[in-house]
Amino acid sequence: MTQQQQQGLQGPTPDDRPHPTGRRNSHGERIDPDTEAEQHPRTAVISALVENEPGVLSRVSGLFSRRQFNIESLTVGPTTVDGHARITLVVEETDAGIDQAKKQLKKLTPAIAVGELGTNAVRAELVLLKVRGEEPDKVHAITQMYEGQTLDAGPRTITVQITGDQRKIDDAIDAFRQFGIIEIARTGQTALARGDTPTTPGESPGESATATDDNQTLNYDD
Amino acid sequence: MSEPEPATQADSDTDEADESTETTPVANGSQSVIRALENAGVETVFGVQGGAIMPVYDALYDSSIHHITMAHEQGAAHAADAYGVVKGTPGVCFATSGPGATNLVTGIADANMDSDAMLALTGQVPSGMVGSDAFQETDTTGVTMPITKHNYFAGDADTVGDTVGEAFALAGTGRPGPTLVDLPKDITMGDTSREPGPAKTPDTHVHHVEADTEDVEAAARAIERAEKPLLLFGGGVIKADATDVARGFAIDNGIPVVETMPAIGTMPDDHELCLEWAGMHGTGYANMAVTHTDLLIAVGCRFDDRLTGGVDSFAPEAEVVHVDIDPAEISKNVYADYPLVGDAGTVLDQLTEEMDRAPDAREWREQCTTWKTEYPMDYAAPDDEPLKPQFVVEALDEATSDRAIVTTGVGQHQMWAAQYWRFKHPRTWVSSHGLGTMGYGLPAAIGARLAADDDQEVVCIDGDGSFLMTLQELSVAVRENLDITVAVLNNEYIGMVRQWQDAFFEGRRMAAGYDWCPEFDKLAEAFGARGWAVEDYDEVADAIEEALAYDGPSVIDFHIDPAANVYPMVPSGGANGKFALSEEQL
Repeated sequence: MTQQQQQGLQGPTPDDRPHPTGRRNSHGERIDPDTEAEQHPRTAVISALVENEPGVLSRVSGLFSRRQFNIESLTVGPTTVDGHARITLVVEETDAGIDQAKKQLKKLTPAIAVGELGTNAVRAELVLLKVRGEEPDKVHAITQMYEGQTLDAGPRTITVQITGDQRKIDDAIDAFRQFGIIEIARTGQTALARGDTPTTPGESPGESATATDDNQTLNYDD
Repeated sequence: MSEPEPATQADSDTDEADESTETTPVANGSQSVIRALENAGVETVFGVQGGAIMPVYDALYDSSIHHITMAHEQGAAHAADAYGVVKGTPGVCFATSGPGATNLVTGIADANMDSDAMLALTGQVPSGMVGSDAFQETDTTGVTMPITKHNYFAGDADTVGDTVGEAFALAGTGRPGPTLVDLPKDITMGDTSREPGPAKTPDTHVHHVEADTEDVEAAARAIERAEKPLLLFGGGVIKADATDVARGFAIDNGIPVVETMPAIGTMPDDHELCLEWAGMHGTGYANMAVTHTDLLIAVGCRFDDRLTGGVDSFAPEAEVVHVDIDPAEISKNVYADYPLVGDAGTVLDQLTEEMDRAPDAREWREQCTTWKTEYPMDYAAPDDEPLKPQFVVEALDEATSDRAIVTTGVGQHQMWAAQYWRFKHPRTWVSSHGLGTMGYGLPAAIGARLAADDDQEVVCIDGDGSFLMTLQELSVAVRENLDITVAVLNNEYIGMVRQWQDAFFEGRRMAAGYDWCPEFDKLAEAFGARGWAVEDYDEVADAIEEALAYDGPSVIDFHIDPAANVYPMVPSGGANGKFALSEEQL
């Protein structure tokens, strides 16, 4: 017996053992090997209600980067409740990935509630476009067409603001290309559930929701 | 509680006076921090002094809390981690800002990967200097964010005690894990008379204790009808103090058991239903069972890749019942057909309550027993060959009691210890699993010693490479006169790397051999510990007996067969059922 053989253990070799034919896919789901269907990524909007404390954005963005969740945009802002903030994330993941992202997000200590918004949710984002100012009338016409606003106009540049869902913004950017776009700033999508449905589970409004003098709130439908 | 000082005792023997010494009001943030620890029942902490943490240490001066000064902050973190593992309550470590905090990082990451409850308190430069790149400033909460369950930056002397209490409570609640509170010096030195309130977890922290009843019903039906059911116990069973419930569930239902490494000791190794631990270097019979089961009942485990091998071939014919307190573990790595989110012991009780009968698994049990005889963990140890590490592990096991605690570093020695020691009780196996931290063993032995009962021996089975990484902690064991026995399985290699190089890198042994190692027995003597060097089989028993008999730290340097390898082995990403029994099968 060589030393090498003595180093090993006794028993049937791998080839002499029975091996089951079942398989799992990369998500650990048992599958029929002949009709294997891998999950495809989809876009999901996740809303997280968090305690608005220092570092909370860093916790959320750090989580997404270290777990390699594909993130398209992240927006954050205060809510009707003092000390709470809403973070809206657009992610591109498989169903399993979205499920993980939501659960991991909920595990963060400052996270109060996490929900995924359905396809009928109200979504909007804002873009600022700085274009060349040679054709102000045409720029104005396109801005009107997209229900936008001119924020700054000079001899060389015009800056406009467009709001709306992602598709509208994409279309608007395409339409402004003819003038020569110098700079773009986009906010990323923010979203709320439609109607009476709370955006995150169990969410209830704070005191400021009943206040009547809050003219600061932008209403995109106006 | 604090011992009354002699002067107080002499001055007055009334209860009133005793009470006043125990409830000295807090005067500053540091005293509030220490009061929060006392309120939480903390008896022992591990740490290293330094500029920014000095106010906290100053408050410790008047406390009954026992502080162990470690040689290095990494040692403090590992000792606290191991203390918590053995004791079942969060371990606590202290470090100063900057390098003190960064030295803790490995130990915090280790605790995080193994879900060990631990609280780290770090000093920080005064709030006004934060962000200025001050002396010994590090963004500690930033650095430790990905490796803690949660961390805190204390911003107020009035509430710093509450924050520490909350961090301690959070560490041990739900799925355990490490928490950290960063303590700026102006906060700890800041005046406050506010006593910390009762420690509570943050309002946002929720965890389910009982699983959903419909889910329990579905899982119970699946278990009843299973023909080849297999229990997979993870470290969560021990953390939930559910060992007795888990054993009872297995025995009452006649279901064979495999364990993950952190769960070693949940089922006695010598029980007929116990197939020991599965995974990369698990037993052949455990890996056969995992491969052929039709219902895997996993309790408190996270399906780490060292357990599953390639997920595509993991338990490929099995439906999976997954009991875990952390919903994020459900279907993370392996899809759960029956997800049961809740406390391990509570959910097992729910299943017992719901089940009408045990599964009919007689044939399956016989199959598992057959595998035990087909794939024995026997090894040859001829007298004319160098000392076999397996022999040393077995000799240590025989010389110690059933409740002896084993700590290890990481590598071949760790695997031999896990394979050949016969574990009978939970919290007797203390190791670094998820992070795989070489050097864990000695500081863990120090932590374990302080948490263990006096009649429990503490044995650190170490490798030469692992021992070299933290052996400065021997100075602590000597200073504190801690009765621990370090058994170095010395092959003068980073042995597991050497084994992989031989198997997967055509024997090109790059940077795996030490060529020269210090004489560990003499090194031990230089530290003030006792040391032995052992080369032959006939010296093994005597050295162990003498080392165990010595009431203090001792080191036995076992010169083992440098060619010894760890088998069985499932190559990385391979199928558990295709474990190799020797190198040529890889």
